[in-house]
Amino acid sequence: MSAKKEDEWLYTISSKRKLIDFNFKEIWRYKDLLFLFVKRDIVTLYKQTVLGPLWYLIQPLFTALIFTLVFNNLGSIKTGGIPPFLFNLAGITAWNYFKDCLTNTSNTFTKNQNIFGKVYFPRVILPMSVTVSNLLKFGIQLLIFIGFYCYFKFLGYEFSFNKNLALFPVYVLIMGMLGLGLGMILSSLTTKYRDLTVLLSFAVQLLMYVSAVPYPMSEANAKFPPLVAKFVEYNPLTQIIEGFRYMLLNTGDFNLGRFLYTLFVSIALFLIGLIIFNRTEKTFIDTV
Amino acid sequence: MSNIILKAENISKQYRLGLVGTGTISHDLNRWWANIRGKEDPYLKVGAVNDRSTKSDSDYVWALKDINFEVQQGEVLGIIGKNGAGKSTLLKILSRVTSPTTGEIKTKGRIASLLEVGTGFHPELTGRENIYLNGAILGMTKAEIRAKEQEIIEFSGCERYVDTPVKRYSSGMRVRLAFAVAAFLEPDILVIDEVLAVGDAEFQKKAIGKMQDISKGEGRTVIFVSHDMNAISVLTNRVIVLQNGIVNYDGDTNEGIKEYLKGENKRMIYQYEGNYADGIPKITEVKVNTSLPNNIHEFGKEIQFQFKIYLPFDVENLALSFQIVDEFSVPITHSWIFDADKQIKRNKGTYHFIGSYPKPKLYMGYYSLVVHLSNSRTKEKYDFLDSVCYFSIVMMKTVRSEYHWQKNTCKYIEEVKWQSSKI
Repeated sequence: MSAKKEDEWLYTISSKRKLIDFNFKEIWRYKDLLFLFVKRDIVTLYKQTVLGPLWYLIQPLFTALIFTLVFNNLGSIKTGGIPPFLFNLAGITAWNYFKDCLTNTSNTFTKNQNIFGKVYFPRVILPMSVTVSNLLKFGIQLLIFIGFYCYFKFLGYEFSFNKNLALFPVYVLIMGMLGLGLGMILSSLTTKYRDLTVLLSFAVQLLMYVSAVPYPMSEANAKFPPLVAKFVEYNPLTQIIEGFRYMLLNTGDFNLGRFLYTLFVSIALFLIGLIIFNRTEKTFIDTV
Repeated sequence: MSNIILKAENISKQYRLGLVGTGTISHDLNRWWANIRGKEDPYLKVGAVNDRSTKSDSDYVWALKDINFEVQQGEVLGIIGKNGAGKSTLLKILSRVTSPTTGEIKTKGRIASLLEVGTGFHPELTGRENIYLNGAILGMTKAEIRAKEQEIIEFSGCERYVDTPVKRYSSGMRVRLAFAVAAFLEPDILVIDEVLAVGDAEFQKKAIGKMQDISKGEGRTVIFVSHDMNAISVLTNRVIVLQNGIVNYDGDTNEGIKEYLKGENKRMIYQYEGNYADGIPKITEVKVNTSLPNNIHEFGKEIQFQFKIYLPFDVENLALSFQIVDEFSVPITHSWIFDADKQIKRNKGTYHFIGSYPKPKLYMGYYSLVVHLSNSRTKEKYDFLDSVCYFSIVMMKTVRSEYHWQKNTCKYIEEVKWQSSKI
């Protein structure tokens, strides 16, 4: 058989794995599937529920309320002149998008083993579609935030957004990449080690408290032991939450170096996630 | 040689037996360590041939071992084999659901698989929305689906329900819709696993017809896996017989089916295994001579029944009779031999009886024998066997125009003389 003949094969199914083995052409061919999955998620999420998308509102509002009671009233955390409720709501809105991306993609393999076991399509389509459809929820929660923003403004509080708001899409992208990247790593590991699903549910809870969601970085620096404060500071999520509040409420400060660091970590995690996910998708059906 | 569209080279697939979980970390670490040193996976050397019924010493088993085959453009290839022979594993590898442990498959065309119809149907979405979702999962683009939407809906016969959520569909309608989507896929190679087992007779006919169109009319390559020998013989002219993960036969369909039907030989012959001390007449052996191995019989061919009878004393008025009963133990035929008719006195000893139906008209299905041994004068029952010698009737060489044979339409076919005239 000549070398020319070998070239004619469209593709080869084998066990050989390259470290980076993405078929972007193929993913592009399946782009319609991505949108159909997004549509499916959005259309079917609240069928046959009474309150429907209102559930999107109740969860962040109550969480912000509890945070305000516990941390600001009881724990007297200073929010730098911003109404504590609005401060918490901003953090929670951003945090929720990351959290949803992480938890909803982390069970990709186990949740979809039925469909994955029957038919082939680029598996990465599914976690990507989850990240996109979570944007809807994020958008709705953002609207609530804007509502309260106007309300507190109307009451006469002094705060405003700043020019960093132009970076908003970048922050959303960073959050998506972080959630998706970590989610893909976790989903690959949970196919074999189911313990991680149990771990994840409370790890996410704990992670929130070291990501400066219910407090500003300045309070962490002042009151935490130095080691913990450093950890919080270099946690990329802290930078996202802080950056989010900075551009919306003009509280805290912005540091370009930190921003680039966060961007870099997110891209790195996203790529690592893609590689691990890609390696797992070939044989996960045998171990799941 | 020039038209080979798919080529499998030394495909093997190894599975771990027992509970995955215990000790997996240590095995994973061992593998990783071997990998780093550039050595072969230490667990690939072990592994037993996949025979379900024997116990293995090894923790690993080869579900497939060194499978090689080529498929020509436009060919319809059947894959048959018993449960656990590796059919599904091979299909999973072909459809890229899992990858082989060693070896590779090269293909010149896009493969679409139809392992189970309705994969990815979402119950809350309407029929139309599911056509799009399912089509996209199977690899179509939105534009392709839109071009075929009307045809798909027509083929499924679900026009009235197409804007109703699929959860309100009957299971039959779901299958119709799903098959319709898959039937209008245009892959170069279509992989199909036992989808025809569902749906009513009308739809099955439609489905088989569509599959014939796909392979013959449109020149598409089809790989078809089934237990249904009737469908295999109608649709394919080449089969691969898998046995314990190894290709046992590759070639002409009819020969392949015979090869497949050889094999286990249990419950096909009745053999008395007790003692003879109680002094009662006994049926010691019952056997059905069928036209194919493994008690498979082709419709309309002569079938023979053999009985061995042991008489510990002279018996006058011996009566031996047998019934053919279907899988629900409903008797279909009754045949007998009476001493009274034959006027032979049976002396003490062992006798061999052979009875045959020159042209049995039993319809396809599963049957067994009920055998009676008694004295017709005293009405004393000597021996009675219930449901022995399972055999099945197949109709693969009997071709009927217009309709394909459907299961369970009758138990018996009679020849008929028609007279028709215009009134």
